[in-house]
Amino acid sequence: MHNPQLNAHGELQHLLSLDGLPREILTAILDTAEPFTEVAEREIKKLPILRGKSIFNLFFENSTRTRTTFEIAAKRLSADVINLNVATSSTNKGETLLDTVDNLCAMQADMFVVRHASSGAPYLIAEHLHNTRRHDIHVINAGDGRHAHPTQGLLDMYTIRHYKQDFTGLVVAIVGDVLHSRVARSQIAALTTLGVPEVRVIGPKTLMPTDLDKLGVRVFHDMREGLRDVDVVMMLRLQNERMSGPLLPSGQEFFKVWGLTPEKLAVARPDAIVMHPGPMNRGVEIDSAVADGTQAVILPQVTFGIAVRMAVMSMLGSN
Amino acid sequence: MPQLPDADTLFAALIEQMAPHVNDDTALVGIYTGGAWLAERLHEALGIRHPLGTIDVSFYRDDYAAKGLHPQLRRSDIPFDMEGRSVILVDDVLFTGRTTRAALNELFDYGRPARVDLAVLVDRGERQLPIAARFCGHTLATPLGGKQNLQLEKADNGSLSLRLIDA
Repeated sequence: MHNPQLNAHGELQHLLSLDGLPREILTAILDTAEPFTEVAEREIKKLPILRGKSIFNLFFENSTRTRTTFEIAAKRLSADVINLNVATSSTNKGETLLDTVDNLCAMQADMFVVRHASSGAPYLIAEHLHNTRRHDIHVINAGDGRHAHPTQGLLDMYTIRHYKQDFTGLVVAIVGDVLHSRVARSQIAALTTLGVPEVRVIGPKTLMPTDLDKLGVRVFHDMREGLRDVDVVMMLRLQNERMSGPLLPSGQEFFKVWGLTPEKLAVARPDAIVMHPGPMNRGVEIDSAVADGTQAVILPQVTFGIAVRMAVMSMLGSN
Repeated sequence: MPQLPDADTLFAALIEQMAPHVNDDTALVGIYTGGAWLAERLHEALGIRHPLGTIDVSFYRDDYAAKGLHPQLRRSDIPFDMEGRSVILVDDVLFTGRTTRAALNELFDYGRPARVDLAVLVDRGERQLPIAARFCGHTLATPLGGKQNLQLEKADNGSLSLRLIDA
C-alpha cells in the first residue's frame, strides 16, 4: 500500500505521523538532529541548507510556541518563512483548504508546516500534492486535532535518548489527559517503534481513550502505582480548551489526584527525568517544585525541539 | 595504478613545513573524517596551544540539493574563540577545492579569523575552484581522474595510510 509519508525510494516525503514510520527513519531523524544542536552555540546561528526555499507556516489553529519553533528552525536553515494565520484570513472568506494550498503552490511554496483542528488535514494536503504530481513539495504536520503531533513526539524521543542513551531498558510513563492528546499518541507510537519495553499510561478513566489496549500500553488509574520505578515521566497538559462536558470537576481537584508533586515523583527511580510538552499549567498537572526541580528537563526539550525540526526540514528538503 | 606515497613520510614532511609558522596564536581545525585524524596528530606533534577544532562541512556543501545529507553527520566543534585567530585548516586530500570552500564558509560563522591557511597530506590536482594549500605533503604528478577517490584510512592501531577506492 502507498505510504503517503515515504517517496518511491522509501525516504521521508512528508512528516505526518510517527505511527507507520520505520525505526530506521526515526533513528535517522534523531541522528541528524544531533549536530544541529551545536549551531545554537555559534556566533552566526545559520546554515545555508535551505537557502532560497520558501516554507509556509499554515496555522489553522493558534499556537504561538509551535509556530515560533518551526519558524526559528526554518530560519536557522536560511529558508524564507511565510506565516499565514489562516484562522483569520481566506478560509473565513470561504476558500477551501485545498484551494489555499493550490494558491500557495502557485507562489512556489517548497514546504508546508500545517496545524489544524481537524485530524487528517495534513494528510489531505499530502494526498492532494501526490495526486497533482507535485512531488517536490513537502508537508510537516504541526498538530492535527486529536490525532498526531510528530515533531513533538520526535523531540521527546531526542530528549529521552540524550539523558538515557538507550531505549531498550526503559520504563516510561505518560501522565494526564490522554484522551485529548495528540502528543500522547505520537509519543506512544515512537516509544513502541524505538523498542521501549514498557510504556505506561496514567490518568483518570474519563480522560482515557477506549482503544488504549490496542496500542500495547499498560494502563494505570493510580499515580503512585503507575509511577513506581519509572525512568521517564512524560506529563501532558490538561487541555481545558479541548474539554467538552463535565469530564472533570476543577483544576485544583485534578491537581490533588493527578498533579505531579515531589511526593508522587519520589516513587519513580531517583534518576528519573520529568518532561512536559508545554505550555505548563502549574498547580494543575504539575507542581512548581517539580517543574523547577533538578529532575525536570522541560526547557532542554524546547531547545532540542529546534534541532529536531531543523533535522526534519533538512531531510525533507533533499528528498 | 600509481604507487601511493607512505602517509607517515608525508606527515613528517608536513610537520617540517608547518613548524616554522606555528605560534601561540595558531589553532588547528580538521575536516571530518580524514582531516580530523590528521589534525589530531599534527596538533600533538606541533604542540599547538589552543584546543583542536573539528568540523563536518556537510551543511555547507554545494551538492546538498542533489545528494542530500550524509546519514552519519558529525557534530562540529570549535572549542576556541575564532575572532582574530590564526587558523590552519587541515584536510587529508585536496581535490576539487569544494570541501575547502564549504569549510571556509563554516569557519566564518564562528567569528572572523585573522588568517586561514590550508594544510593537506596530498594534493591530487584537478581543482574546480581557485584554492591552493600553503602546506602540502605531496603533489600527485598525474591526475587520477574523477573515477577514483583518494582517502586517508585509520587502522585499529591508529596508523594512517592512503587508499584509492573506485568511486
